[in-house]
Amino acid sequence: MANAIEIRALRKSFGRTAALDGLDLEVRAGEVHAFLGPNGAGKTTTIRILLGLLRKDAGEAELLGGDPWRDAVTLHRRLAYVPGDVTLWPGLTGGEIIDLLGRLRGGLDSKRRQALTERFQLDPAKKARAYSKGNRQKVALIAALASDAELLLLDEPTAGLDPLMEATFRDCITEERQAGRTVLLSSHILAEAEALSDRVTIIRAGRAVETGTLAEMRHLTRDLVDAELAGPVRLDGLPGVHDLVTEGLRVRCEVDHGALDEVLGRLHQAGVRTLTCRPPTLEELFLRHYYSAERTVAGAPR
Amino acid sequence: MTVLAHPGRAGTGLTGTGVLATLALRRDRIGLAAAVYVITAGVAVTAWTLKRLYPTPAGRAALAGTAGANPALRFLYGRPDGTSLGSITTWRYGVWAGLFAALLAIFLVIRHTRSDEEAGRLELAGSAAVGRQAPLVAALVTAAAGVGAVSVLLCAVLPLTGLPAAGSALLALGIGCCGLAFTGIAAVAAQLASGARAARGIALGVLGAAFVLRGVGDAAGANGPSWLSWASPLAWIQLARPFAASDPWVLALPLAVGAAGTGLAFALAAHRDQGAGLLPDRPGRATASAALRGPFGLAWRLQRGALAGWAAGYAFIFAVCGAAAKGIGQLLGTSTALEREFTRLGGQAAITNAYLAALMLLAGLVAAAYAVSVIGRLRAEETGEAAEPVLATATGRVRWALSHIAVAAGGAALLLAVAGVAAGLGYGLRTGSAGTWVARMTGAALGQLPSAVVLAAVAIALFGLLPRASVGGAWTALGLVVVISLFGQALQLSHWILDVSPFSHAPRLPGGPVQAAPLLWLCAVALALSAAGLAGLRRRDIG
Repeated sequence: MANAIEIRALRKSFGRTAALDGLDLEVRAGEVHAFLGPNGAGKTTTIRILLGLLRKDAGEAELLGGDPWRDAVTLHRRLAYVPGDVTLWPGLTGGEIIDLLGRLRGGLDSKRRQALTERFQLDPAKKARAYSKGNRQKVALIAALASDAELLLLDEPTAGLDPLMEATFRDCITEERQAGRTVLLSSHILAEAEALSDRVTIIRAGRAVETGTLAEMRHLTRDLVDAELAGPVRLDGLPGVHDLVTEGLRVRCEVDHGALDEVLGRLHQAGVRTLTCRPPTLEELFLRHYYSAERTVAGAPR
Repeated sequence: MTVLAHPGRAGTGLTGTGVLATLALRRDRIGLAAAVYVITAGVAVTAWTLKRLYPTPAGRAALAGTAGANPALRFLYGRPDGTSLGSITTWRYGVWAGLFAALLAIFLVIRHTRSDEEAGRLELAGSAAVGRQAPLVAALVTAAAGVGAVSVLLCAVLPLTGLPAAGSALLALGIGCCGLAFTGIAAVAAQLASGARAARGIALGVLGAAFVLRGVGDAAGANGPSWLSWASPLAWIQLARPFAASDPWVLALPLAVGAAGTGLAFALAAHRDQGAGLLPDRPGRATASAALRGPFGLAWRLQRGALAGWAAGYAFIFAVCGAAAKGIGQLLGTSTALEREFTRLGGQAAITNAYLAALMLLAGLVAAAYAVSVIGRLRAEETGEAAEPVLATATGRVRWALSHIAVAAGGAALLLAVAGVAAGLGYGLRTGSAGTWVARMTGAALGQLPSAVVLAAVAIALFGLLPRASVGGAWTALGLVVVISLFGQALQLSHWILDVSPFSHAPRLPGGPVQAAPLLWLCAVALALSAAGLAGLRRRDIG
């Protein structure tokens, strides 16, 4: 079993709205996989199908080698889940809820529970109604991380956490990966995904538009070139050069991988004062996908 | 510039009240209208029924005499004040209408203050151009509008049943003023507690205390502490003496309580933070006890507080009603129509048996309501997304549902047993044969259990198969069954319709025959409906 999660052509509609429209997703065992997309792209629907809470309309979904709908209870012993919007029972304390969720899952490491409670600085004796959003999130995180589940399904787990706790969360996820656990991290915080994940899937309108390691995704795209030159250079009209901006002797442009050699040659001829050439950040990749897609949709004749 | 031009307006703390009040009325338009209608219709139907049952002054005089002589009935309804139809209506329903108006006010005030605060909605509204006091004022306006509507409608409707207009107006005002008094009390409770549940508990506790104070005062004999009644807002409706020597100045008392409560609430509100109460939130356990284990432990933990409250209420009410059974024959003898009705409602045996059997029918219906509310919690957990983390663990859907179903069935059984024991004790101690009557009444009460469970099973079936309509559907089914069971024969409905109610098939005990077949059928129907609901739950989407 190489893949912890395998989804092919998954579809799910709610009434007339198609939440998932042929989604493909593959999460390999032992990796941290970032599942990126804006609100309403279908991330939560995907996770809820994986949890057997929703029934798929069509396509295939396999979780830890089992059917998420049919084998829900047995599979749930092997995974832990953190919802994006944590609702707790107001009359129970955080400590009680952590213990309860652990027992419902079939066991909880009390030493890890203790350590995590201290690391996340949670007061477990407080009633849940007195917790802020961030503290409610911590309750769910501690309950999930203190389990010995082999797969963690995290749906925007850092929403509401302060930057310090977010850093603690990143440390925890790094440790989980070293311990060999698989993590599906749904998020729209791209810096977090970039720092933590081995591989990334970008989802848009219920469909995966990009998947792979960050390096692979960058390889397929343009690099950003920004240079100050000694003399003028002619780059416009050159194949593979996009979004060219020339301000006197300064040029900025995006360059396809294949055209990079040619562009750098011409810059060199003109004489280089300063030069940065870097791959796009995940955020730029992500935004580019969305903007280009929106433009296509907006421009499509209907 | 415009902002700086109105520093005074920003400082009033009332900005946005109108918008918030409109929003509250908009959100509650259906429930509030229904509650106002039910309270108004309750009074009007009582007046109309009493007119039919006691058409002659002699009959009403006999009723007032007997009712006034029975301390248990005085505890439940107050003292009859005169023999006119209006006086009898005020005696029979005045306190209870006041109680319902107070409940309406409490639920509205808490809902639009602490519940909204707890859900974070007030925070969102409060961040807009909304004054600090605006949410509380808006909640008070909403509650006042609700009880005010009851008053106005009663003023209009009661004269239609043939009651004098002046007395009707005083009764209607008394009921409305009682609601206003509890609006103020609820406003204070909303500042004291740290959450909506606790705030509601404080306000309901005050209401319960008011009922007991009034009951003890009214039940007290000539040398007893009858002055206690004056301490209870629920008694002031009757103390204003509508349809008798009317004394409208008494209604200054509830208005004063309402005003004082409102003032106190504003003073307290200025001293607390949003989301916190003046009474500190006690810290709980840092780790779960061994009992909080598995879905059943969780369901029990979530429902045990409410069940304890219901059981206490059951014990109290049915002990008093059981005690009132002694001498009931005498009371019913004052109306031939009522005597006929009671014998029809409760079987053909002696009137006392018929009364006790009718009491057990009520216990059964209310236990069914409890069970339906417990099943409703399943849907609330599902839509509130508290079910999601549980179902994401190694807890199957059916086990999760069964955990609450067990509380519903077990809780209904417990409530009925409490009703039986309490009624048996109440009646038995007064007649000197407690042992016999406790056993007899416990059996009689538990005879209602299969019927109550059938209604819970209807709720389960709806939850599994039609989740969106399940809560409304289950309460509608319960409402229909209540109407059929209580009024079906009086309305001369056909046998087919009467047989729809599971309570038509329950044994009428004490006094009636017990047959195994109908009980077994009821159990079979309950099992089939539950199984259908659970099968539906396994198949459908959660959320």
